[in-house]
Amino acid sequence: MGILEVKGVGKRFGGLQALGDVNLSVQENTVHAIIGPNGAGKSTLLNCLVGKLIPDTGSVMFDGQSVLGRSPHEINQMGISRVFQTPEIFGDLTVLENVMIPCFARRDGSFRMHAFGSVTGEYDMLEKAEKMLDDVNMLSKAHLHAGSLSRGDKRRLEMAMCLVQEPRLLLLDEPTAGMARADTNNTIDLLKEIKHNRDITMCIIEHDMHVVFSLADRITVLAQGTPLVEDTPQNIKGHPKVREAYLGEAHVD
Amino acid sequence: MFGLNKKDTSLLLVVAVLTLCAPFILNPFPTDSGMAQFNAGYPDLMQRFVIFGIFAVGFNILFGLTGYLSFGHAAFLGVGSYSAVWMFKLLSMNVLPAIILSVIVAGLFALLIGFVSLRRSGIYFSILTLAFAQMSFNLAYSVLTPITNGETGLQLTLDDPRILGVSATADGSIPVTSLFGLEMRSTYEMAVGGWNFQFSAGYYLCAIIMLISFYIAVRIFRSPFGLMLRAVKCNQNRMRYTGLNTRPYTLAAFVISGMYAGLAGGLMASMDPLAGAERMQWTASGEVVLMTILGGAGTLIGPVLGAGFIKYFENIFSKINDNVLHQWFSWLPDGLEDFVVFVIHPFIGKGWALTLGLLFMAVVIFLPGGLVEGGQRLRNVFSRDKAKDDGTHAPKSHPAE
Amino acid sequence: MDAILLQILNGLDKGSAYALIALGLTLIFGTLGVVNFAHGALFMIGAFCAVTVQRILNLSFETVDPTKTDFLGNPLKVQSPYVVDWFGADFGNAIIDWSVPIAILFAIPIMIFVGFAMERGLIKHFYKRPHADQILVTFGLAIVMQEIVKYFYGANPIPTGAPAAFRGSFDFGVLLGFDPNAVIYPYWRLIYFGFASVIIGGVFSFLQFTTFGMVVRAGMADRETVGLLGIDIDKRFTFMFGLAAAVAGLAGVMYAPINSPNYHMGMDFLVLSFVVVVVGGMGSLPGAVAAGFLLGILESFASMNEIKSLIPGIDQIIIYVVAIIILLTRPRGLMGRKGVMEE
Repeated sequence: MGILEVKGVGKRFGGLQALGDVNLSVQENTVHAIIGPNGAGKSTLLNCLVGKLIPDTGSVMFDGQSVLGRSPHEINQMGISRVFQTPEIFGDLTVLENVMIPCFARRDGSFRMHAFGSVTGEYDMLEKAEKMLDDVNMLSKAHLHAGSLSRGDKRRLEMAMCLVQEPRLLLLDEPTAGMARADTNNTIDLLKEIKHNRDITMCIIEHDMHVVFSLADRITVLAQGTPLVEDTPQNIKGHPKVREAYLGEAHVD
Repeated sequence: MFGLNKKDTSLLLVVAVLTLCAPFILNPFPTDSGMAQFNAGYPDLMQRFVIFGIFAVGFNILFGLTGYLSFGHAAFLGVGSYSAVWMFKLLSMNVLPAIILSVIVAGLFALLIGFVSLRRSGIYFSILTLAFAQMSFNLAYSVLTPITNGETGLQLTLDDPRILGVSATADGSIPVTSLFGLEMRSTYEMAVGGWNFQFSAGYYLCAIIMLISFYIAVRIFRSPFGLMLRAVKCNQNRMRYTGLNTRPYTLAAFVISGMYAGLAGGLMASMDPLAGAERMQWTASGEVVLMTILGGAGTLIGPVLGAGFIKYFENIFSKINDNVLHQWFSWLPDGLEDFVVFVIHPFIGKGWALTLGLLFMAVVIFLPGGLVEGGQRLRNVFSRDKAKDDGTHAPKSHPAE
Repeated sequence: MDAILLQILNGLDKGSAYALIALGLTLIFGTLGVVNFAHGALFMIGAFCAVTVQRILNLSFETVDPTKTDFLGNPLKVQSPYVVDWFGADFGNAIIDWSVPIAILFAIPIMIFVGFAMERGLIKHFYKRPHADQILVTFGLAIVMQEIVKYFYGANPIPTGAPAAFRGSFDFGVLLGFDPNAVIYPYWRLIYFGFASVIIGGVFSFLQFTTFGMVVRAGMADRETVGLLGIDIDKRFTFMFGLAAAVAGLAGVMYAPINSPNYHMGMDFLVLSFVVVVVGGMGSLPGAVAAGFLLGILESFASMNEIKSLIPGIDQIIIYVVAIIILLTRPRGLMGRKGVMEE
């Protein structure tokens, strides 16, 4: 039984069947990649997991509980964090404040009228946030405006904001999309580090095969809204059906 | 001190000193000098400064922190005024219960309007609040006449059934508002040399309440709650995916700012016990928007500055007339003098609103951070060299080097 | 039946004004993505164009009329307008009488100029700024415009008459077989409705049938792509702003005889027009027009005595109630597109 169990999920947009009959099982403490050509339904699937979309059929269970019908903030409070394709951060706030917000969210829940506290007086939270920033090598930028960071740093910051919540499942939506090679490699290193140093399950949607094969424990190939095959990276590389459907166009090294 | 850091404490102290010494500071000209008409140190005007200061500080908690632009906050001010006057009519002339009731009623009213309006954001939110405020204004003006006394406005009369107190004083006039016997209009005058300083009980009550409200606002700004409100302005999407429910945060901010507006309305009625529907019109909501932006939205001191600035110059500008201008420019050659007066004429006296509109446009265009940003820019210009070795913007926690 | 007809007719003229202002607002929203709080002021300026033209045509010089004397036996001074002197009594007086329709001719270039100046001088710099900033700066501009008008024309409403030929009322009742005087309707309001229909029809056919209009519609749908095609969309948008200003101005000119212009009439209409736009759906031109008439008629129904006695005060708030219900149940309004002005 995996930590995330997706069973028979389907989603229709008007005449378009975006997701057919998706079954997916993500095991705890593994990195599970979902790949597939454009329009395969990867993002739709992800949006069904985080509460942005509600699937027409099927069930999504996280740790034995259904996530369907819950709003994004409730699903996050269950232990699922999400990294976006373009980093979603609080641009007008400082880097440190950006990381403190998820700390508060984890401690105080989805709403707390904590109007007479003082952000700078919350030493536990400060310490936690600073340690997190140190882990991603951003402590020196703690007091910069998050909006002024480079794209790679924004990605790093967003990752830190997700990790500081100590999620049980981290969803990553094309974390290296539009990045230069150097930034991509940095991100891969960061993700590897996270994988080795933390007890965390990651589910990653990715286009870049280099990223996928250097990280994933298991890979699901999605095509036209249905899973084509699910296997280990080695087997996927050699799988004739996958080569035909997808990898034939991509460079695999 | 007071759970604030050093910088905020000194800010609070500066504001406290300025407001408490306002009768001196705003009265720089001797009574018999020609400039005496530009004194602002009389109770009526000073009360307006601090009351609108409260209004703007509250509005800033909503607009400055969350970015939700409400065009309906005057409705809460109006509701506060009506509640307070009813308290005077029915219960007692003590201002305390009146002010408390006006805050509560405005808070409930804000809860209702906020609950509905905050289902939308951006321009839709602004228009919803505008619609609600205009609706309240129309209702106060027409159907709700039994409660609001329509066009005439709600006033005290000689036969109010006051439970704690008398309907009319011994000499047959309407009793005045007071705080446990201290009459709000009682004023102590102090003549020093050519100066005549006035210390009014009403002003000091307003000033103290303003300081308390300002202190609460500072605490909110620095609290985790305030941080969440700023996060709402930045990125609601990220908030939701960080496990935070944005709706109660915005609603709380809306209700708090509505309560501030109600407090301002209650104080207004306490100083002068009448309430009219025109206080609720949307242009009145526009005024508090002007104050907040002009001073600097999202900053602590900005709204107070903006409120003081607008109310002060409104008063001064409307007093300047052509004669005064001719006096000022009498050193110019005759033709030029007339020309200068002619050019300035549309902007003074009744033309104050024109000046305000232009000023406001200039601020939005060139100085989006308002007077506070202007002040900072000036300071930067003068201390550019100093800034180089000034460590305030350097990271606080540098990694070990 | 006749009462219903009467209320529909009564709603038409206000509805026409709402529709015209909302049409301009939507053009500006849709093409430029700007929330223009000064649009009501443009309507007001239009109305004051009518006032100005009437005043200019009434400019008079004094003559001494030897045939008339006052009660002391002195010759009487008479004001005679220049136009009467120049064109003779019949034609001159006719010109004065027709000053409001004549004002249309003057208002068109003036309003287009005002629109151009506004867009080039101010709005242009706010395309990339947040909507809140746009609202604030145009709100400031609206204050400035209305204060300037107040400075020149004073605070009181200025009665501006329609041509004498249209001052009477038309008895619809007789035409449709009801009792005489059951459904009477002033001619000028009828003309206002017809005028509004012509303008609305003109704007729509312009957008529908000209290449220019096609590019503008394409720009409303997807500004960036159209820009990439090498079409100078900015110039066209400036023109659209001028057009929107002219529509609002003409609505104002023709409205002057219905409601004596005063300096704050723009603000009064602005709030309602925004409500109309929202009800119709942001960015939808047909929506703005439909909602304008709908709300105008609804308002006049709500002011019927039968309904007022049922729900007191409903006439004062009906538009807002409808707007709030629509905004909450159909966030995109009656005919709005997805994602316009949503965050």
